[in-house]
Amino acid sequence: MKRISRLLVANRGEITRRIMRTAREMGIETVAIYADPDSHAPFVHEADEAIALGGSTAAETYLDVARVIDAARRSGADAIHPGYGFLSENAGFARAVVEAGLTWVGPSPEAIAAMGDKLAAKRLMMAAGVPTLPSTEVPADGRADLQAIAAPIGLPVLVKAAAGGGGKGMRIVRSTAELAEAVAGAQREALGAFGNGTVFLERYLEAPRHVEIQVLGDSHGNLIHCFERECSIQRRHQKIIEEAPSPAMTPELREQMGLAAVTAAQAIGYTSAGTVEFLLDTNGQFYFLEVNTRLQVEHPVTEAITGLDLVREQIRIAQGERLDVHQGDLAIRGHAIEARLYAEDPANGFLPATGTVLAWEEPKDSPARFDSGVETGSDVSLHFDPMLAKVIVHAPNRTEAALRLARVLERTRIHGVTTNRDFLVATLRHPAFLAGDTTTAFIEKHDPARVRRPAENEVRAAALAVALKSQDERRRGASLMRTLPSGWRNNPSQMQQTVFTHQGEEVKTGYLAQRDGSFDYEVAGVRGSARLHRADGDLVDVEIDGSRRVLAVAQRGSQFWVQGASGEVQLTELPRFPDSEQEEVAGGYAAPMPGKIVSIHVEPGDAVTRGQLLMVMEAMKMEHRITCVEESAKVTEVRVAKGDQVEAGQMLVVVEGSG
Amino acid sequence: MEVLRSRLDTRSEGYQSNRVAMLEKLAYIETQLELARAGGGERAIARLRSRGKMLIRERIEMLLDRDTPFLELSPLAGWGSEFNVGGGLTMGVGTISGVECMIQGNDPTVAGGAMTTYAAKKIMRALEVARQNRLPYVQMVESAGADLRRSTDSAEAEMARQTTHFAESGRFFYDITELSAMRTPTMSIVFGSSTAGGAYQPGMSDYNIFIRGKSKVFLGGPPLVKMATGEESNDEDLGGGELHATKSGLADYLVDDELAAIRKARQVIAHYNWRKLGPGPTMPPDPPLYDAEELLGVASPDLRVPFDIREVIARIVDGSRFEEFKPLYGTTLVTGWASIHGYPVGIIGNNGVLFSDSSEKATQFIQLCNQVDVPIIFLQNITGYMVGRIYEEGGIVKNGAKMINAVSNSNVPHITIIVGASYGAGNYGMSGRAYNTRFVFCWPIAKIAVMGPQQLAGVMSIVRRGQAAGAGVPFDEEEDAKIRAAVEDRSEKESLALFATGRVADDGIIDPRDTRTVLGLTLSAVHNNEVRGTTGYGVYRM
Repeated sequence: MKRISRLLVANRGEITRRIMRTAREMGIETVAIYADPDSHAPFVHEADEAIALGGSTAAETYLDVARVIDAARRSGADAIHPGYGFLSENAGFARAVVEAGLTWVGPSPEAIAAMGDKLAAKRLMMAAGVPTLPSTEVPADGRADLQAIAAPIGLPVLVKAAAGGGGKGMRIVRSTAELAEAVAGAQREALGAFGNGTVFLERYLEAPRHVEIQVLGDSHGNLIHCFERECSIQRRHQKIIEEAPSPAMTPELREQMGLAAVTAAQAIGYTSAGTVEFLLDTNGQFYFLEVNTRLQVEHPVTEAITGLDLVREQIRIAQGERLDVHQGDLAIRGHAIEARLYAEDPANGFLPATGTVLAWEEPKDSPARFDSGVETGSDVSLHFDPMLAKVIVHAPNRTEAALRLARVLERTRIHGVTTNRDFLVATLRHPAFLAGDTTTAFIEKHDPARVRRPAENEVRAAALAVALKSQDERRRGASLMRTLPSGWRNNPSQMQQTVFTHQGEEVKTGYLAQRDGSFDYEVAGVRGSARLHRADGDLVDVEIDGSRRVLAVAQRGSQFWVQGASGEVQLTELPRFPDSEQEEVAGGYAAPMPGKIVSIHVEPGDAVTRGQLLMVMEAMKMEHRITCVEESAKVTEVRVAKGDQVEAGQMLVVVEGSG
Repeated sequence: MEVLRSRLDTRSEGYQSNRVAMLEKLAYIETQLELARAGGGERAIARLRSRGKMLIRERIEMLLDRDTPFLELSPLAGWGSEFNVGGGLTMGVGTISGVECMIQGNDPTVAGGAMTTYAAKKIMRALEVARQNRLPYVQMVESAGADLRRSTDSAEAEMARQTTHFAESGRFFYDITELSAMRTPTMSIVFGSSTAGGAYQPGMSDYNIFIRGKSKVFLGGPPLVKMATGEESNDEDLGGGELHATKSGLADYLVDDELAAIRKARQVIAHYNWRKLGPGPTMPPDPPLYDAEELLGVASPDLRVPFDIREVIARIVDGSRFEEFKPLYGTTLVTGWASIHGYPVGIIGNNGVLFSDSSEKATQFIQLCNQVDVPIIFLQNITGYMVGRIYEEGGIVKNGAKMINAVSNSNVPHITIIVGASYGAGNYGMSGRAYNTRFVFCWPIAKIAVMGPQQLAGVMSIVRRGQAAGAGVPFDEEEDAKIRAAVEDRSEKESLALFATGRVADDGIIDPRDTRTVLGLTLSAVHNNEVRGTTGYGVYRM
């Protein structure tokens, strides 16, 4: 046994914090590595030592094997945990770690290599008798007869990157006409993300469940499974809500799938924690998808229902220890659900969002596990994955877990960055979700609300609270007559006015200080009386028509985030004096986010129609298609060139004559 | 510092009835303020709005820094006259881009903003406030010109006709440029017409902001030009914003609409590099220990009922702290030190009629305030200087004159609040309107006159009786009673605070509960100028 005393986590964000937490609990020192954009991230501060890798992109830092090994050497670490993503499933890295004389917390390089090629993995599983979906590889020369290749599989097919994961490089094709573009796009994306452009086609099941089995194997030949997780709620093939156990599971099926997973793992002599993923169709038939030779993002739900600490198990296995649990010891307790909070805009095609987290606060009185990578003041950049945190609840049953998680999310303060929180809450509270009717087509089929529509009185309260807080700040900051009553008039003719917009609607907010310190108000046409009890820092304790509440407010320029008990309200204050001449392009297409122009499909003078592709840009290693939304129009100007780096909001194409 | 202890019994009948009476008066005043705000009425307002224009008070509200206080001066000018309450012009002291300014503007809903005699008087007052306190001056001009309407033939109108002459008017152009010469910037925002004589309003200003298509400034309009030279023209050719911004140079800034004009004014003022010459507040500004609400019941509307002025002081000064000076001497006058919203002040308040000793005490205290550059707050409730043989013998004229000498030559700012009576020379000695006091405000129950109505009627009756006796004719008692009643009635009416405020003889009637706020705001305003006591007085008659 080789005891680990100083562990380097070759990752970033929440997973680094989570791994370091267990390491600390086990008495192991921690070392973090970081890229420049992460230099103020919480995981850097929490590590016993943090090594700067220098550089901003993933390729220059977390994906650079030599630099990571060098960091381990410089810091005196004796082991490396790769987390998930980045180099976690890179056999070459695992090998380099071992060759450097360090302990690798993960499966053997051989097991990683065997599963890294999805096609080879499938063949291996077929040989071991694990059910699989029909598939075929696409030759890389780009001249293949795609139609012929796809024929035996049948439509629809899924185009997948052989080296892929996380939905990157994945495309669904329902007609042969789309095949060529989908394959080309997937190859481009796969090459960009994994350095390997190989893709394959696979039968696509329309609405399966995604069910995976967690396995644990030690180097003494013990291999157990820790039941299933269901991760069917996905968007863009990325999991956003995961749970354990699966609502579709029966004890018989669990036994069958568990056995299949253990068989699969044994076939490659698997050690450490790993996950065997399956698709489960409506008939209870399951098909092998792939093996993830690493810790999964969603591992906490398994930890919740089994009581295991999977990172602890990984470290113990890496130290050469024997598993101290046997299959028969494990039992499922209650139900756990995890939601992934992303900095992204569900209302705008889930495009990644960036910015500074002005306020991050977990609700104090609701039991939930937060594995978060950010805190108040953190920057969310475009350099890395936009996941902010995972929130996990464990409850006696599924309904309680879902409802509690929704409430926890709703009450979490996340100000300054657009997130998928409302969408997660709407999904968790959706009757179909509560009924356990979860498939990978859930979002498409049920389309949960992407943005919460707060009640009118909630919006009014938020507007009034912000207006009164701003008023209070202005009075406190006044250089003259600071102690005089706010907005005092001996002949009052009107209220003090602030105009906000909320979800595109104007909210006119007026208030007039009264002699007793209260305020008469009129907000969106509703009149009443309010009292500002306290406005300290970002908390506003306000009483409106006798109802008292404390709201937390964050501000960036004219934007306000207001967190109340029933959720968040975002307001934008309109300038007191309207801005003069701002250049406005009547019909134009602006970049929805910062990124790079990959291809341009129109020229000035072109006539375009609705749905026509104008250009493709790449951001966050995903391609975004800019298509014509007008019935018909003419391109008058193309303002960017292929390869240009563009800012969010930058005008790309100008068109005229819309219908 | 000592803290005042109130002896006011808020459960007493007197307090309660005082309070009811005060609230009644305030309710009436509110109806008059409402009239002032309503300007020229609904139709005129609708017409103004239909032209994309804002009301005068809306213009002022936009001009002011958000949530800052604004004190409107003489809102009830013209009360009791045939003119609109407010006189068609709004003015006050407020903060623009962090600078306290004297702001005035025509109310274009009232006869097109035509300049009434009350508006003219208010402008003169606005300029005086700006000059005395060194407040940058902003005028918002939109006026149809002079109000050429003749007053009806009341005795008053007749007197006005006999005592005013065109050659005496127009002084305000002089005042505007004088202000500029005193290094206090002046600005005109021209919202509409400002023609003929009115053209000199922007003409004399340091900064002019014009609105495209709305501002009109010319000496002679199209009809006059046609008559004078035969030239055909229109308003825009003669005096539009475009012409003045590009050709004549009268406009410094040309903007597209009213909001843009106001924003421009705020930007220009932000660049005034304004530094107040007086110090900022230096004392703890904590609120009084006693509720301002109780000021409603302190004073009786029957001014013969005395009350302790310390009850007022306890409710307006910081922490109710008051360091009384000479508390055992001349006890009908209360003098002492306090602070209001952090500004140190000397306070002189009446607790009865002025005697020789109280006059001397006032004289000494005024000199002390001047010695250390402390502004003085006068709280007037004065029926006058004591009369009678032994008082004359004791030199009441001489000692009253000392007090008036000291008040007149005092150079620290005075702010006067008339909380009750203000009769005769008492008004002068306690720094009344004519004594260069920076601001004068009245409580609703205040009365200002040469003497009490009954005394006046009685005095006149005695004179008539003497005349009858001298002429040897019988005295008509019945006729005398009638005359006495009429004189008393008229005198009572004319002594009301509303009468004074209607004639712009004060700066406005204030709600007693606002006294501290009004003092805080005006104290801050007066500190824009240097606060320095005098070193010389007139020769004191000893």
